[in-house]
Amino acid sequence: MSDQTLSPHVFVSSVLLEPAPPPVSDRGPVRWARAHLFGSVPQVLLTLFGIWLVFAVIPPLVQFFLIDAVWEGTDRKACLPADVGHPVGACWPFIWAKINQLTYGFYPADERWRVNVVYALGAVLLLPLLIQKVPYKRLNAILFFGVYPVVAFVLLTGGNFGLKRFLLGYLGFDGLFPIGATVAGLSVAFWADFVVSSALLALGAAALARFVAGPGAGLGAARNTLSALGILGAVLLAADIDVGLQPVETRLWGGLLVTLVIAVTGITASLPFGILLALGRRSHLPLVKICSILFIEFWRGVPLITVLFFATYMLPLFLPGQLTIDGLLRAVVGVALFASAYMAEVVRGGLQAIPKGQYEGAMALGLPGSLKMRLVVLPQALKLVIPGIVNNFIGLFKDTTLVLIVSIFDLLGAMRAAFTDPNWATPTTLFTGFGFAGIVYFVFCFGMSRYSMALEKRLDRARHH
Amino acid sequence: MSDARLSDRGAVRGRRWSWTDPKLRSSVIQIALGLVLVWLAWSFYANAEANLSRLGIASGFSFLDDRAGFAISQSLIPYNENMSYGRAFLVGLLNTLLVAFLGVILATILGFLMGVARLSRNVVIKALASAYVEVTRNLPPLFQILFWYLAVLATLPSPRQSWGLGLQPIFSGIASGLSAIGLGVLATPFSGLAAAVGAPDVYVNNRGLILPRPVFGEGSGAILIAVLVALVASFVLARWARKRREATGRPFPVFWSGLALIVVLPLLAAAATGFPLHIETPELRGFNFVGGLSVMPEFVALLLALSTYTAGFIAEIVRSGILAVSKGQTEAAHSLGLRGGPTLRLVVIPQAMRVIVPPLTSQYLNLTKNSSLGVAVGYPDLFAIFAGTTLNQTGQAIEIIAMTMAVYLVISIVTSLIMGWYNKRVALVER
Repeated sequence: MSDQTLSPHVFVSSVLLEPAPPPVSDRGPVRWARAHLFGSVPQVLLTLFGIWLVFAVIPPLVQFFLIDAVWEGTDRKACLPADVGHPVGACWPFIWAKINQLTYGFYPADERWRVNVVYALGAVLLLPLLIQKVPYKRLNAILFFGVYPVVAFVLLTGGNFGLKRFLLGYLGFDGLFPIGATVAGLSVAFWADFVVSSALLALGAAALARFVAGPGAGLGAARNTLSALGILGAVLLAADIDVGLQPVETRLWGGLLVTLVIAVTGITASLPFGILLALGRRSHLPLVKICSILFIEFWRGVPLITVLFFATYMLPLFLPGQLTIDGLLRAVVGVALFASAYMAEVVRGGLQAIPKGQYEGAMALGLPGSLKMRLVVLPQALKLVIPGIVNNFIGLFKDTTLVLIVSIFDLLGAMRAAFTDPNWATPTTLFTGFGFAGIVYFVFCFGMSRYSMALEKRLDRARHH
Repeated sequence: MSDARLSDRGAVRGRRWSWTDPKLRSSVIQIALGLVLVWLAWSFYANAEANLSRLGIASGFSFLDDRAGFAISQSLIPYNENMSYGRAFLVGLLNTLLVAFLGVILATILGFLMGVARLSRNVVIKALASAYVEVTRNLPPLFQILFWYLAVLATLPSPRQSWGLGLQPIFSGIASGLSAIGLGVLATPFSGLAAAVGAPDVYVNNRGLILPRPVFGEGSGAILIAVLVALVASFVLARWARKRREATGRPFPVFWSGLALIVVLPLLAAAATGFPLHIETPELRGFNFVGGLSVMPEFVALLLALSTYTAGFIAEIVRSGILAVSKGQTEAAHSLGLRGGPTLRLVVIPQAMRVIVPPLTSQYLNLTKNSSLGVAVGYPDLFAIFAGTTLNQTGQAIEIIAMTMAVYLVISIVTSLIMGWYNKRVALVER
């Protein structure tokens, strides 16, 4: 049979019919609104409630902080509705008047450039470290984590520590070196002591290494000891040399400076210390393991404020009577120890997530324990827990406010002190101050969390390749 | 040639002290660590002894029996300044537990609401919940406490101009709103209602919160017993219903029957004893309120700040818990014929709880520990009374800070034990 026998009336469409468009109520913006706003009666009510809430909150805030706000003035009269003649919102001149106190505390006015240099240097070193595309990450990291703290420390305190004795001096060999002689602000006694002690320590290390690890190990151990002592010496030299800066005591520091000093020191100290604790907790040595567990669980079980009180009131009793530790340093150490315990738990989570095959693979390659951790396990584990680490950083940043309870004036403490100034007592001073401090804290914390999310996304993408 | 190596004695003689020998290395490290610890402990002890005798500070816990001599502004148990430091410690502990307990309840409710709202399909609600979470999580808790205390509560009106909360203000608010937009006719019934329900129940002013107070008359013990009996009975009922459902598949309306038990039994008991319980409402006389239960603003600020702060974190935990239940579970439940409500209650939430509970526990602990920040506004919690006032008066820093830390440690350990037990119960049983 051929085609011609078919009835000519049969019609077969040669094209596929396009589907008919959905009804108007089910497409475009209408559909979106139905799905997301007005799907059912409760949905409608919720939407209306939400819109009402937005209108109840946002316009008054804008009105208060921008439209009704006072921007210029020299004292409280500028912000009193009776004097101005209209309702007054935020009293920004209050912030302008207190801005120095909020950023530097009581840091002497002539020396504030040092704080500014530290802020600027920190920003210059940190930004390229955070942006992935910028090269020389390793050098940048060394500069930021190694050199910058020393420079910042010398700039902020003024350096010129006047170190007197090193190891031999403390061990009772005071007479060996000429006390009192100085060269360029450096005590001859100390530095002679340092050089002799270093040489003795290197010799001792070499002898010990020869004894436990065989004759070949002596030279290497001596070299390692000397280089470690060399780094220590460089740091001490920087802190001890007279750079001609006026010393500024830490009790004059305040405001954002204290907040950032505590946060940055805590962050830089808690990560390495937390990693050590996490490794200790997974150690095979019972004593090391027990000590790490006790340490971690103790700090995690108590509030930070008790730790600060411990450092302020209890620790001085445990130290030799003549030894006094700077108040800010005590708080920083307390915050850093506290943060390390939390960091240790985050890192432990990462270590546990690394499959056993990675450990075995590293062992099969003949890597000794320390290299196995450093080259194979830790890089993977830390990458896994970056969000947790950044969360800890955010927590630490927020926790810096607690130092105001032990009378150290951080940003919040300085703001609280500024509230008591009768020259600026107006009905809106409190809201202005809280608004300003809130914005500062929010910018830092929110920025960190967004950065961590972006980082996480990038690492996640890298993992899937 | 291998004789010497094969013989035991040869191997022992040939063995050298080597750093690569794990046994030797571990014992050397541990002995060194032990020595350092012993040295630290010994020097701490010796220094503390020398310092204490130099400063003339007593040691030991006998100070707990001494007269405290300071008043405490909020106390759940009878206390006055002639009582001992030990008693003050107890007052502080109870105040800490009170704010932590209420804070946990409020934070859980608010946190679950916000967590679910963040997953809502309604974009307005979703955006509002996200804004709430971002703002509360990114501001320091101490900042929030000070904000509520200094900026919000302290600027409230004085007692004479208190804000009233309750049915009466709602009705009169509606009435005045209606007459403001020109519907005065409709407003009349509402102002009538407002007059009918009487005065507001709750007052808010710069001295805190004034609540109605239940007064327990003679024979209210029976009501309390009835409540307890009802609770136990509904618990037993729930267990029985679950057993029966697992055995036969027939459901039982546990929620409604339990609710009926809890409402009806105490009512019956009250009727039998002639309604001995009544509510005392606060009343403005002169410059302050008489009657009712007044709550200090420090407590309100601390509670508000802690619960809203922690709720932000709980919202994120709840959200991630719900997202962790795969969509297939919901679809499978739907295909079995379960509707929205039962799907959520019987399939999604039980599975989400597994993910939610462990981080939720640590949030509860954080809230408890953060309650010590009340010291910044003067709320008399354990920390403020003990590590604050008592430490100032006695100077016995070692004992006092150790005791304070020990209390928080015990709370942490007990909570994590309970939660560990719960976690084991809900954990996935792998077959």
